[in-house]
Amino acid sequence: MHYLEFEKPLAEIEGKAEELRALARSNSEMDVEKEAAALDRKADGLLKDLYKGLTPWQKCLVARHPDRPHCSDYINALFTEYTPLAGDRNFADDHAVMGGLARFNDAPVVVIGHEKGNDTKSRIERNFGMARPEGYRKAIRLLDLAHRFRLPVVTLVDTPGAYPGKGAEERGQSEAIARATLKCLEIGVPLVSVVIGEGGSGGAVAFATANRIAMLEHSIYSVISPEGCASILWKDANKMQEAAEALRLTAQDLQQLGVIDRVVKEPLGGAQRKPKDAIEAVGTAIGAMLKELGSKKPEALIRDRRQKFLDMGAKGLAA
Amino acid sequence: MNWISNYVRPKINSLFSRREVPENLWTKCPECGTMLFHRELADNLNVCSSCDHHMAITPRARFTALFDGGIFTEAKVPEPIADPLHFRDQKRYPERMRAAQRQTGEKEAMLVAEGEIGRTRIVAAGQDFSFMAGSMGLYVGNAIIAAAETAVKRKCPLVLFSAAGGARMQEGILSLMQMPRSTVAVQMLKEAGLPYIVVLTHPTTGGVTASYAMLGDVQIAEPNALICFAGPRVIEQTIREKLPEGFQRAEYLLDHGMIDRVTHRGHLREELISIVRLLTGQPPAVKGDLPPPQPADGAAKTDVPPAAAPETGAAKT
Repeated sequence: MHYLEFEKPLAEIEGKAEELRALARSNSEMDVEKEAAALDRKADGLLKDLYKGLTPWQKCLVARHPDRPHCSDYINALFTEYTPLAGDRNFADDHAVMGGLARFNDAPVVVIGHEKGNDTKSRIERNFGMARPEGYRKAIRLLDLAHRFRLPVVTLVDTPGAYPGKGAEERGQSEAIARATLKCLEIGVPLVSVVIGEGGSGGAVAFATANRIAMLEHSIYSVISPEGCASILWKDANKMQEAAEALRLTAQDLQQLGVIDRVVKEPLGGAQRKPKDAIEAVGTAIGAMLKELGSKKPEALIRDRRQKFLDMGAKGLAA
Repeated sequence: MNWISNYVRPKINSLFSRREVPENLWTKCPECGTMLFHRELADNLNVCSSCDHHMAITPRARFTALFDGGIFTEAKVPEPIADPLHFRDQKRYPERMRAAQRQTGEKEAMLVAEGEIGRTRIVAAGQDFSFMAGSMGLYVGNAIIAAAETAVKRKCPLVLFSAAGGARMQEGILSLMQMPRSTVAVQMLKEAGLPYIVVLTHPTTGGVTASYAMLGDVQIAEPNALICFAGPRVIEQTIREKLPEGFQRAEYLLDHGMIDRVTHRGHLREELISIVRLLTGQPPAVKGDLPPPQPADGAAKTDVPPAAAPETGAAKT
């Protein structure tokens, strides 16, 4: 278990409980269960307290938690017959973006998402979920496929942002993102999106220009990372806590602003503690969102999606 | 009450006291260091006459030079809610806004106008880098949508001059949402079959490049303009290596197939007239000094002093 900085007191208690149990295992005469259970209860109480009032910056940390379920976990658990499709037909296959054909509740769909990887090797292979132009162009191809064969699209957003690299710029990172966003707006099939971790700026918009957008309770979606914002506006990257606060990047604030449609509740202590529960909750949300759109005609889907974004910004946050 | 006190004295006074003295008569070219006289520089559209370095130009100055006779009408842009997030960094957002307004004399970072260039009706949108780095927030989004809607209503092309550091952070997620919103505007033009021409000016970066600024039917850039998604500093920090000379500059993008043309500011007007007329199937424009069109109505707005504009009476419409 990987503990975050603010979870340190929790780590201590849980560590103690674990130690006691280990001791009991090696010495059958000891009965520590009562003490251990008391520690468990204490840990639970603390966890509840910690997660009740997470600050925006703490939410950023949870959203980036390495043990949090990632795109591939969701695809494996929620979809059947997943058939990955690769490549942008121009230059390469970007492993930061995964996607293909699959079934959701038996119905064929196209699923696309950012994958961050879960160990050093896969993280490097996935480029930490930071897509290059090829990733967005692969997505464009898949969105087009979905449109032509009338398949609903599910996108899972989890990226620190589009990759800021030399080759990515040379091959048109901005153009690729712009075209992906445009393609999202053009397809006559239901498009639903879930931010499962980090919704990092333009790299997220390219997938999340959807009919319905949901966010996990402790995920974030922002125009810039708190660190980036702090270094520009505060001229001090260490002011990320203030920046996270000011940017209003939490699921709760975004729902109030009308940018997202629903907040998906996470298990106590975040998705990383009970990945199965989190994945199931996301599955329920995807099902509900697809159902809401199921009977709409292609023209209505395009029109409504467009209007949804045109209307955005009509309301601000309460003072 | 005689001729001297009624006429001569005020005339003499006006010569000395009322004459506007610009604070800075000379501008030093940041590229070659040549001292440039302000009037000469303005006549040359803020391009250095000795090294052709393109300096920033406000949309208002650009439009005055772009439209026939300097005549254009400003399109109305719906006012968005102010400070939706109650954003505060080291300063409050409304304070930063007021400072930018005072400094530029403009309301926001984008100016939308309609008028004629070479007797060809267009809508033009210009982003103002001097206003909070031209950053894209709700107002800029509204301006682009208003520009597209006006173009669709008038059935004429939209020419957009981009210049921005990116999204307006002080509007948080709502500034990010201007990416899809402005893309909807581009979609409106596409559906109406109207040309959308983007002129990328220095600098165009971030979310602006990754939305409406890269979706033009024709993409033109001004010489040496920085055009990118991630800025060179961010990239150097990420990959920890020095970037090649001219990286992310207009000519570099042209070499990499990312834009159609790199055009000197002095030739832009002619080129835009030609491209717009070619795309809309109109005959070649009559070259030469065109008289300005008759103002459409009382709302017509001239941005040049009457003396500089040709007599409107001379225009035959």
